[in-house]
Parts: sequence; C-alpha cells; structure tokens
Amino acid sequence: MAKLTTTILLATALVTTAACSKKRPEVLPPAPGEAPQGPIDGSGGAGSGAVTPGSSEDFKRSVTSDTVNFGLDMYDIDATARGILDSQVVWLQRYPNVRVTLEGHADERGTREYNLALGDRRANAAKNYLVARGISPSRVTTISYGKERPLALGSDEESWAQNRRAVTVVLN
Amino acid sequence: MTDPTTVRPELVEGLHFPAKKGRASTSSARTGLAALCLAMLAAPGVAQDMPPTPLIVPDQAPATTAAPGQTAGGPLEVDVTGGISAPMPIAIPAMPTTAVTSTPAGSTDELGRQLAQIVTNDLKNSGLFTPLQPAQLRAVMYPEVQAPAFSYWGGTGAQALVQGYVRANGDGTLTVGCYLYDVSAQTELMRQGFVVPPSDWRRAAHKCADMVYARLTGEGPYFDSRVVYVSETGPKGKRIKRLSIMDQDGANHRFLTNGQSIVLTPRFSPNQQSIVYMSYVGRVPGIYVYEIGSGRQRMVVQNVATTFAPRFSPDGRWILFSMATGGNTDLYRVPAGGGTPQKLTNSPGIDTGGSYSPDGSRIVFESDRSGGQQLYVMNSDGSNQQRISFGGGRYGTPAWSPRGDMIAFTRMSGGFKIGVMSPNGGGEKILTNGWHDEGPSWAPNGRVLMFYRSAQGRSGKADVWSVDLTGVNERRVPTPLDGSDPSWGPLRP
Repeated sequence: MAKLTTTILLATALVTTAACSKKRPEVLPPAPGEAPQGPIDGSGGAGSGAVTPGSSEDFKRSVTSDTVNFGLDMYDIDATARGILDSQVVWLQRYPNVRVTLEGHADERGTREYNLALGDRRANAAKNYLVARGISPSRVTTISYGKERPLALGSDEESWAQNRRAVTVVLN
Repeated sequence: MTDPTTVRPELVEGLHFPAKKGRASTSSARTGLAALCLAMLAAPGVAQDMPPTPLIVPDQAPATTAAPGQTAGGPLEVDVTGGISAPMPIAIPAMPTTAVTSTPAGSTDELGRQLAQIVTNDLKNSGLFTPLQPAQLRAVMYPEVQAPAFSYWGGTGAQALVQGYVRANGDGTLTVGCYLYDVSAQTELMRQGFVVPPSDWRRAAHKCADMVYARLTGEGPYFDSRVVYVSETGPKGKRIKRLSIMDQDGANHRFLTNGQSIVLTPRFSPNQQSIVYMSYVGRVPGIYVYEIGSGRQRMVVQNVATTFAPRFSPDGRWILFSMATGGNTDLYRVPAGGGTPQKLTNSPGIDTGGSYSPDGSRIVFESDRSGGQQLYVMNSDGSNQQRISFGGGRYGTPAWSPRGDMIAFTRMSGGFKIGVMSPNGGGEKILTNGWHDEGPSWAPNGRVLMFYRSAQGRSGKADVWSVDLTGVNERRVPTPLDGSDPSWGPLRP
C-alpha cells in the first residue's frame, strides 16, 4: 500500500510540475520517463474522488499490490507474492462478476522468445495461485509480454527485479 | 510498378553475351558493340520463357584467351578466411551509358555512377575487398567497357576490375552489363547482363556485385537479398514496433505495419512472397502471415493460447512455432495454409526458438529442460531429441545455416554474444562482444550473419548489425529508426 500511495503522489506531483513548468520554464521537471508507470493498461483515472466499486481503480486501491515479483529465471510464488495475491483473492471474491487478466513480464536479460515463454510461466503461476484460492479459472486470462514492456528502464539489478513480474489487470 | 513488392522479377540472368574474342573479333570494336546490343535486345523474349530462373553462371574464365597473362602467379581469388587481413584491391569505375536517357529511375548517366557505387559498397561491406578510392578511378567511356585500359589499372594496385554499362531500352526496361577482369593477367574472368524494370535498378548492381563476389571468393552470392526486421522507436518502456522490409544494404526501406500493435520475430517464407511473424494485434498474441504483395494478413493458429517463434520450413509447407499453454511451452508445426497443429516436443520445460536444417529433415531448438536454456537437435517429426550445447551459461535463438554446416546462436554468459557451432555441437566460436547481441540470422550464402545489438541502460536502443564468420568484419546495418529481430531472406530469383 505504501508503494502504491507513493506512486499516486508522485504522479500528482508530476502533473503539478508539468502545469507549473509552463509558467516557470527555468525549473526543470524530472527527466521524462522517470515516473514509475502503471501496468500496460494503466487506467489514467488519477482523481481522488469516488471510485466505482468493482472497477480497476477500486481494485488497485483495495489490494496490497496489483503486482507480484519473481527471482531471476524463477516463477515460483513466494511468501510476499502469496500475501499480495491473497489480498487480490479477497477483492475478487467480493466482485464475482469481474474478470481479470494476468500480464507476465521478464527482465531484459533473456532472449526475446524465451522471455515470452517465461512471462507466460509467471502469469500462469499467479493465475494458478488465484485459482487454488477459489477464483474460477474462467475469470482469469493470461498474456505474456516477455521483455517488451519493462516497468523500470535501467539495466541494473533493481530495475530487473521490478521487471520480473505478473500484474493483475481488471478487465472492464 | 511503383510498389517494389508487386514487381515480378524480370531479371534476366545467365544472359550469355557473345564470346568476347569470338564474333567481336571479326568486326571492328564498334560493330562488336552493336552485336552485343542486338543480343541484349533479344533478351526479353528469353526472359518470358524462364521468369525466375536460378543463376546460370557462365563460369567462363576463357581458357582460350587466358593464356597470355597466366604467368602472373596463380588464379585471381580471394582467401575468405584470411581475406580480412588482406582484402583484395578492386577498381569499380562509374558505368557509362550508351546514350544519356531519362528514365523513371533517373538519368542513365547518373544511374551508371550509382550502380558502380552500389557494387562498391557491397564488395567493401563484405570485408573481402578494398575498392579503390574515387580519385584513383578513371572515367570509362562506353567503348572501353569491353577493352579495359589494363596498363592504367595495373598502376593503381587494383588486382581486379569491374566495368559495366547501363542502357535504357525501348520497352522501358534497363540493361546493365557487368564485366569482371583480372588486371595483372589482363583477361576477362566473367560477364553477365541484367534486364530490369527501372524500379528494380539497384538489383542489377547487387547481381553484378554478387557475380564478382562469387567468382573471386568461391562463396555463394548474397547481395541481392532482402531483410525483414522490426523497426523500433519510442521510450524503452513502450517501444513502438513496426514490421519493416528493406534491401540487404538498407535501401528500399518500407514499413509494413503501423506500430499500433507490438510485432516480433518476422521470417521470410522461402518463396519470399510472405512473412510470418508474431503480433499482439487485438491483444491476442499470435502468429500471422503477411502477404507482401497484397498486404493481407491472416492468423495461422486460432487458439486462446499464446503462439510465437514462427518459422517456415524450407519447402514452405509447414510453419514451425511455439505454443505456451498453462505455463508450459512446446514446439508444434502446422500446415502453412492453416490446419491442426502437431505437437513436436513434450518436455515440461520451455521448448522454443526452432529452426529447420536447410533440407528440412531436422530442427534445432532451445530448451530449459535441463535447467537453463541449451540447444537441442531433433528430427523434424520430433523424434531423436539430443542436446548439442554444453558450454557455460545459456544458449538460445539457434539458426541453422543455409549451407547446413553451422548453427548460429545467442550465448548468454556474462554478456549476450553471437556465436556459431557445428550441428553436432563441436567447433564453437564466439563472433561478437556487445553488451547484448541477440538473434542471429544467416545471409543466403551462410557466411554472414545479421543480429541486433541492444544498448545498456535507459535508452533501450537497439540496432541491426552484421558480422561475418571471421568475427572481424562487424558493422551496423543502416535503418531509418532503431531496429531488432532481423531476418535475412533468401537470394532473390
């Protein structure tokens, strides 16, 4: 939750900076691309107002995280990931008509096609966990992006760790 | 004729000019040229009888006329293994025109200069030749094309000489004559003529360069070929990827898709009429076939599962691919026109990156069934799977050479490097040393590879590169934007 809040705050700060920068061009905004990006489909709905129950925004606010991470070349669901997915299970049980897709990703240190398969493994590992916790498999699809959509853009251990992930995205 | 992909190949090859010292010697130089022209005019009729004919190479180092110069010290040839350290000096002067004519491809005198430039670039890029600098070249008049000024060229240090001419024909086509001479022996080694539509004028130069390259190196030709690849632009986290096609030297570049969907890993069909590739169009990642002529596309395997890593079989009948279901990836093949996929591998690991041997009887692929990615070879029906790579680190993206004698791969051990090994796993050689080099694809002659090189860090920039089997001649292939996943097509007919 703490991380998610940071993201939202940072996003807000960016918007503010962007707005200000027109008046004060001498103040340089952060380098483009610095802001952590949401999942592929990142619904741009920032706002702090009412959130539609069962919506993508509601999901992101309600769960511990929409993302679980993996070790290098790994696809096992560790304790941290279990906690995150359990929070997703709670939300999914509350909204039994909502369908989700799990996006599997890999870091850049793999070949393109292998990483597509690896992303598929990760997405399915997360899906299988949700299903084992009682979520109907018919509600959960998977898609692998391999290394095509990194979240962190650096070529360092920290960035790679962030990019090895499975992201749960609510389908509207 | 403005769309290059719809142009039917009308290249006339193996066009046998009148023997140099035969008919021509019975008349003056002037009428000798007239005889040549007549022969050339007769060419289109020949072309209709044999449209996409394979090269009929008149390998006519004319024994009858070669005698005088043969004392100069052995036949003229380029050592392809040591060629890098001693590339052959070669002279390629601008090609004169029979008559300055305006054509859709430009004025013929300007075309003659550009044709020579293309031949020069091709041969230079091979790493096996050192073309003379422009200042060392002499202007060649049309009558001189078949009567080289050997005394002049001998003084330049050039060992070989390429001369040619260009002529606009009455039917709108262009004729390009290409002649190769041994400078020290003062003999003609080979000649070919090409009749092309103006839109294909560059191909005549590539064919000429191929003739010279093949004759002097003993290697197969490869300059008259195309490349499909993925053009890239935009930020690293959201690259815009477009299926693109270009000539081997980067010319005639064209985007085939608009970048709205991620596209990956294109491969030519053996007949070069279509491209198989992976696309995320409609957010359903799968394999599509793109017909180059019509621009039509069709999905190959209708399935909810992710399909990727597609390759045509050498006979074009099958598409080999990978399918991920429930976290497990195996190799399959499906009839190229569609149908029911047949499963070829059955390991619990990731089996992907398949590549056919040139005779279609075997497949090399990568699998992590033993832990990390390694290379395996099997029969094309999936039987007799055997691991062939055993070095440290991981191996992926195998590509079987069109000559059949080698398998290129990406080796991951520290960095990502391009290497080759024999199909039984022996003789491994690493060819590149970038931070991240990936995805080798063979030139039609099996001596040169293209791959892509990614930059470290936030730029995410990738470029297309080529390297030859010596590992020394490495260079970037020019593309309008960034590029990845190059796939070198076959030699054009």
